[in-house]
Amino acid sequence: MAAVSFLETKALSRRFGGLTAVDGVDFSLRAGEIRAIIGPNGAGKTTLVSMISGRLAPSDGAIRFEGTDITRLPPWARVARGIVYTFQITSVFRNLSCFENVALAAQRALTLGKAPWHAIDQAALASSVTGALERVQLHERSDTPAANLPYGHQRLLELAMSLALKPKLLVLDEPTQGLSEAEITHFCELVREIADDATILLIEHNMDVVMELAERITVMSNGAILAEGTPAEITADAAVQQAYLGA
Amino acid sequence: MERNRSLALHGGALLILFLLQFVLPPYHYTNFTRIMVLAVYGIGYNILIGYTGLLSLGHAMFLASGMYAAGLAVHYIGVDPVSAFVLGSVAALAFATAVGLVALRTTGVSFMIVTMMFSQACYLLILYFNEVTRGDEGIAISEAARQIAGFSLTNPILRYNLALALFAGALILCYALIRSRVGRVLIAIRENEERVKMLGYHTFRYKLLALALSGLLSGAAGASYALMFGYVGATFAAIEYSIFALLWVLLGGAGTVLGPIIGALLMFYLVEWTSDVTESYRIVVGAALVLLTLFFPKGILGTLREKRLRWLP
Amino acid sequence: MSLGPHLLLALMEGTVAAFVLALTALGLALVFGVMRIVNVAHGEFFMLGAVFAWTFAHLVGNPALGFLVAIVASPILVGGAALVIDRAILRRFNYQPEATIVATIGLLYIIQQLALEFYGPDARSVEAPINFRLQLPWFGYSGYKLVVAGISALLLLATWYGITRTKLGLVMRATQFDSETAQAFGIPVDRVYAAVFALGAMLAAIAGVLIVPIKQAYYMMGLEPLLLSFIVVIIGGLGSLRGAIIAAFVIGISDGVISVFFSPNLSKILATLLVALVLVFRPEGLFGGKAAR
Repeated sequence: MAAVSFLETKALSRRFGGLTAVDGVDFSLRAGEIRAIIGPNGAGKTTLVSMISGRLAPSDGAIRFEGTDITRLPPWARVARGIVYTFQITSVFRNLSCFENVALAAQRALTLGKAPWHAIDQAALASSVTGALERVQLHERSDTPAANLPYGHQRLLELAMSLALKPKLLVLDEPTQGLSEAEITHFCELVREIADDATILLIEHNMDVVMELAERITVMSNGAILAEGTPAEITADAAVQQAYLGA
Repeated sequence: MERNRSLALHGGALLILFLLQFVLPPYHYTNFTRIMVLAVYGIGYNILIGYTGLLSLGHAMFLASGMYAAGLAVHYIGVDPVSAFVLGSVAALAFATAVGLVALRTTGVSFMIVTMMFSQACYLLILYFNEVTRGDEGIAISEAARQIAGFSLTNPILRYNLALALFAGALILCYALIRSRVGRVLIAIRENEERVKMLGYHTFRYKLLALALSGLLSGAAGASYALMFGYVGATFAAIEYSIFALLWVLLGGAGTVLGPIIGALLMFYLVEWTSDVTESYRIVVGAALVLLTLFFPKGILGTLREKRLRWLP
Repeated sequence: MSLGPHLLLALMEGTVAAFVLALTALGLALVFGVMRIVNVAHGEFFMLGAVFAWTFAHLVGNPALGFLVAIVASPILVGGAALVIDRAILRRFNYQPEATIVATIGLLYIIQQLALEFYGPDARSVEAPINFRLQLPWFGYSGYKLVVAGISALLLLATWYGITRTKLGLVMRATQFDSETAQAFGIPVDRVYAAVFALGAMLAAIAGVLIVPIKQAYYMMGLEPLLLSFIVVIIGGLGSLRGAIIAAFVIGISDGVISVFFSPNLSKILATLLVALVLVFRPEGLFGGKAAR
């Protein structure tokens, strides 16, 4: 069964008016890996992962996840299958407490496939929320409104929400943007832990983070994949050097 | 702890309303009956605007659908009041669901205008079928048709306590809803719908559910009003009644359980009181709307919650 | 009268109504297009124009002179009121769309009440400034209504020219396109907003002045033009001026014809439902094309 890849896109394209943001991309992921996508601004990275997570509909092409075609699935149905996206711009629910923020995610994971009137197990919900908050070390701020958290902690809260959804594929869109050095170190440790149970797809500009985390790197440029390989291979690649790293 | 405090507050409010019937003079007695019924409409409206963040300008159509379904059934077919109440509520529920399937494809200002247009079409339809509905003049439902198990709905004591029971039911429903997991999702939709979608929720279904419940409560209020006060008229379908609901909820505090009745109560007596001075309610309603948006966008309870009582649901 | 002349009359009435509607709706479309807000009190500016027209006609005495004074002074007064509203209310919450709707609903009530207090509850008519009648083989037709159509056409053209050909129009379009960038390029966006809001109100006021000799001035008369302008602006494509004008003629004339042959209520029911469905299924409008947002 090795033939069935975890995630696979075939000739995936997205056009905005006259502009082709993603142009016939064949991309695939192995279960359990940490993959980074790098590339200059406007290369189509966010557009690609947006199509994978269902925020954007592709203009052409297909997406398969665990052997099933998900090209036309709406975002909520993809979350149900385990594809979870974290926003580039922090978008926690600012007026709600940390607990409520994570509870929204946790109850979704707990009620998948159940009828809406099905009672929820409050104890299970609370333990799932606390568990997710503990993993990002925010459990002591459970009652704090998200807006009162410092920026770095808001990003962690965002991550806790994603964790509570029990992702199989976690898409992180520039997760370390705006974080301090110390926060980035902590964040990288977390991502490694998460990678024990999930596949991670990461868009990242910070090359230190990429080199630290990624098992494989995909380089995008002008809406297409320019190169793909291990960090060592990518660093050595002349074309990549020219297009991106070497400038 | 907070849970107990808020249970005590809402239970206390209901207890006060129950006890008031022993002290209120007859005139205010009827006013309070009316206000409790209309506050149910306000609670219905609040579920949509306050908790789900959808601003409708056409809720009068749901009030009127309950009112007409119940009123016409009693008047023309001689249905008994209890069945008519159920009929009116269910009709409004079905109508709200149907409207929602279309209108909820829009958001924001478009949603406001779409609901307003649907409601206006309903109002005009009521006028158009003048022969059945008697248009603006309306229909007075005879006392003989308004009997429950030998008791007349014109009896003020019965009426007050039925209104209180209805209000308590709506209050408990609203309270339970926002404390439930569905309520959690509705509030999150109000805050940021896009994010809720990416957490795996089919947000359209939740919004439809909110609109349906909102319509159900509005319709139950309309049906009760028709049965208790024996009158059905097109004014209740006019845009003004949509705006009243908006005003009560904004004044009391959108997204607070007790906001609608506080808003309805204050507006009722504010209009009453100023109508001694000026001829019409318009200036009061108008000034209230402008001042609320300018200086007091969270309303009374909303501001209280922000300043002091964070636990207020 | 047989069907042919009857239809002709209905068409003529519809066309005159359409011109007045186009003027009113243009004001609403302009405000929505540039400022992205819905002014629910727009019909009250129309009503104020009509009430002022009655007042001036009453003060001056001579119908023609009174009309001339009214058509200049009414829009100025109404435009001034609009400026005050813009400064005192709308700008304070930064034209937030939902708050604007709620506040302008409030203004609608306040303006109605003021008209009721100072003008009274009666519907009052004003004599037409000219009493020429156009004699057709089947019926005579009021020459004043043709004047109304003529003045409206001139004003529509003037507004059109102002928006597409002058510097002021360019500034307005820049603000409409992207107010933040416009601000960055030194365009005084809040003054543009104030000017547009006043201009929209003035167009409605002129329409009100024009209609008084045909209908009557009444403190509740603003609701119908408001509803019709809404319909026109939405069907025309929110913010699209050309679409609004085309829609004004389609709606105005068909409303005229349906009202003559069927019931005025029926045409309004159909129009309101049409608007709701257009907003849901074709939010760019029927005549706005891709350009409208």
